[in-house]
Amino acid sequence: MSTRIIRFRDWARPVPPARREVLSATPESDEGKPPVLFVPGFGHGAWAFAEYWLEHAASRGFPAHAVSLRGHGGSGPGPKATLRAYSHDVVQVAASLPRQAVLVGQGAGALVVERALARYPARAAVLAAPVLGGWATLATALRRNPAGTLPAVFGGRLRMGRRQLFSREVPEATAKAYTARLGRASTRAQWQLIAHRAAEPPVGDPPVLVVGSPDDRVVPASALTKAARRYGGAPLLFPGMGHDLMLDARWREPVDAILDWLDKGATM
Amino acid sequence: MPTSTDHDSATLWRDGRPVYDRGETVCVIGAGVSGLVAIKNLKEHGFGVDCYERETGVGGAWNWRHDRSPVYASAHLISSKPFTQFPDFPMPDDWPDYPHHSQVLAYLERYADHFDLRPHIWFGTEVVKVEPADNQKWDVTTRSTGGYGGERTHRYAAVVVANGHNWAPSMPEYEGIDGFRGKIMHSSAYQDPAQLRGKRVLVVGGGNTGCDIAVEAAQQAARCWHSTRRGYWYAPKYVLGRPADQVNDAILALRLPLRLRQWLLHWTLRLTVGDLTRFGLRKPDHKIYETHPIVNSQLVYHVGHGGISPVPDVKRFRQYSVELADGTEIEPDLVVLATGYQPRFEFLAPELLGIGADGRPKLHLHAFSRQHPTLSVVGLLESDSGLPTLIHWQSVAVARWLRLREAAPQKAGEFWSSQVAKAPDRRWMSANVKDTPRHWFEIAHVDYLRALQKTLHEMGPA
Repeated sequence: MSTRIIRFRDWARPVPPARREVLSATPESDEGKPPVLFVPGFGHGAWAFAEYWLEHAASRGFPAHAVSLRGHGGSGPGPKATLRAYSHDVVQVAASLPRQAVLVGQGAGALVVERALARYPARAAVLAAPVLGGWATLATALRRNPAGTLPAVFGGRLRMGRRQLFSREVPEATAKAYTARLGRASTRAQWQLIAHRAAEPPVGDPPVLVVGSPDDRVVPASALTKAARRYGGAPLLFPGMGHDLMLDARWREPVDAILDWLDKGATM
Repeated sequence: MPTSTDHDSATLWRDGRPVYDRGETVCVIGAGVSGLVAIKNLKEHGFGVDCYERETGVGGAWNWRHDRSPVYASAHLISSKPFTQFPDFPMPDDWPDYPHHSQVLAYLERYADHFDLRPHIWFGTEVVKVEPADNQKWDVTTRSTGGYGGERTHRYAAVVVANGHNWAPSMPEYEGIDGFRGKIMHSSAYQDPAQLRGKRVLVVGGGNTGCDIAVEAAQQAARCWHSTRRGYWYAPKYVLGRPADQVNDAILALRLPLRLRQWLLHWTLRLTVGDLTRFGLRKPDHKIYETHPIVNSQLVYHVGHGGISPVPDVKRFRQYSVELADGTEIEPDLVVLATGYQPRFEFLAPELLGIGADGRPKLHLHAFSRQHPTLSVVGLLESDSGLPTLIHWQSVAVARWLRLREAAPQKAGEFWSSQVAKAPDRRWMSANVKDTPRHWFEIAHVDYLRALQKTLHEMGPA
């Protein structure tokens, strides 16, 4: 599909503004590295990246930011938010940064980032444990987490168990504390996770990296391979980790791999 | 071609002057809206870019610090944000629907920094001459703005002209204008309402600038006459509580036939603005969409409050008065000519842009030269919507075209001969636009973008 340049919806019905929470960690000195914007998945807020990844990225010289999509974390409410509104949130924050940013989306945040890439020429993009949706996602979710998924089909909240999100290396109490902080995406966005129009192609031809875990109990390994193939690559795998790569016990490995990839020339 | 090549060094010669070869680099002329978006998109397509800007900052017309900037203190956008921003770099959510001109400059400066465009721009450098060289390359001669210092010539693989069209005032000729004892100024010299305070002001010109100045005169001047050549449709900035251009595009999205659309819009305006002849304004002699839209909610209001007296065209100037087309005589002490601007390309021989006796460049899509595949113009448009979106896609098309030429010369050649060189002159408007000097590069944004979309599609992905 080629880029669509007549965009009546964007023109005649722009996404309503929203207040957005952005958490940041900046390196001590500017090394000229591009800013990295982390986009959490459904239910998560910017806090999920503030736990470890933001500081770590900053310590390696990358100005690091995380946004809470509307209706999540400390951002303003978004009860009727659509995927378009979420990707608008991402593009707004990306464009507010002083330099061209790298977008990193985790979980359904990767689906949002994919859409944002069609509206903002990111320097590079990373899809971490991407939930790119579709009927297969629904089938997997119903099989692995029927009690958490079924209510969402009828407009309720999508609940994910801590054993889906984290590996057993995360202490029970910590995992419980994280899941207690989870919120929810809007009903419309949850439905759009299953049925949505394919994202328009990215603008500016950014390099795209897919990372994930073969032991992710939300995204099967086959989905990772498929996602990576869409961008002409293979996924970078971190066995033994859960879906929330940024909160798992071995959070350092994937983020280091992502930053290495950026250092190695994805953004040069 | 009077060019001799010295193969032993990188330096070439032209008419006895050295020419510095910049290889495959593309030259962009001007760092306003059009120039910036051209640099960014060329860069994104992998080109090296040198841009020459005669002023000392980015922003072109929007940079009020520049002498040639036409903006005045109160100038606001007349198209709302979604149409005025670049499609891949939105204006902030917390800005109003119609940002102030200083916000537009801030936006352009942020754009330049965000995409790291400044290192490509040579500020304070004006382009003197652009001449074709061998192999469809171009020799661009520059010098410091103001003329001191020597001239330098560089050779470029392609030239993108982005010098804007709102800086060279278009001055009408009136009988007796030289003998007039009052003050006459072009709207380009108008900056602040203080210039109008207490004066008896005649504003000539029914364009958006003319209407804005008339509205300010209504509030500041002792008296204000507003002279227009014809009756216009004065579109309000808001219709049904939404920016009017957004409502217009919601109607356009229905893909109704033009007649029905015009009827719908006439009806909407009748409901929201009402019958203008009641206010003493003339009935428009054309349908909507047939002239560049005038977007001004306040003009009619001030006419209704007696602050503005609408008057017909100026016939002649006398020593202390101005005679109008209907024979009445008025005695202003300040005349503001809001008579627009003319595009100018002094650095290019007219035939390079296909400029004929009528002084208008003949360009495919108002952008591509039909004779020179490596010469293009971006931003030479007036539209019924914001320009930055249109110019963005224009410059993407230019960048894709230059990329295609390099990557697939054969396909590029076929594309050129079938799509560009022989393409008929079109107007990119379904409505029958008035053929005034102001309107020859007026386009309808949807018709134009459809044509651009087709061109992009035929060139294939980047």
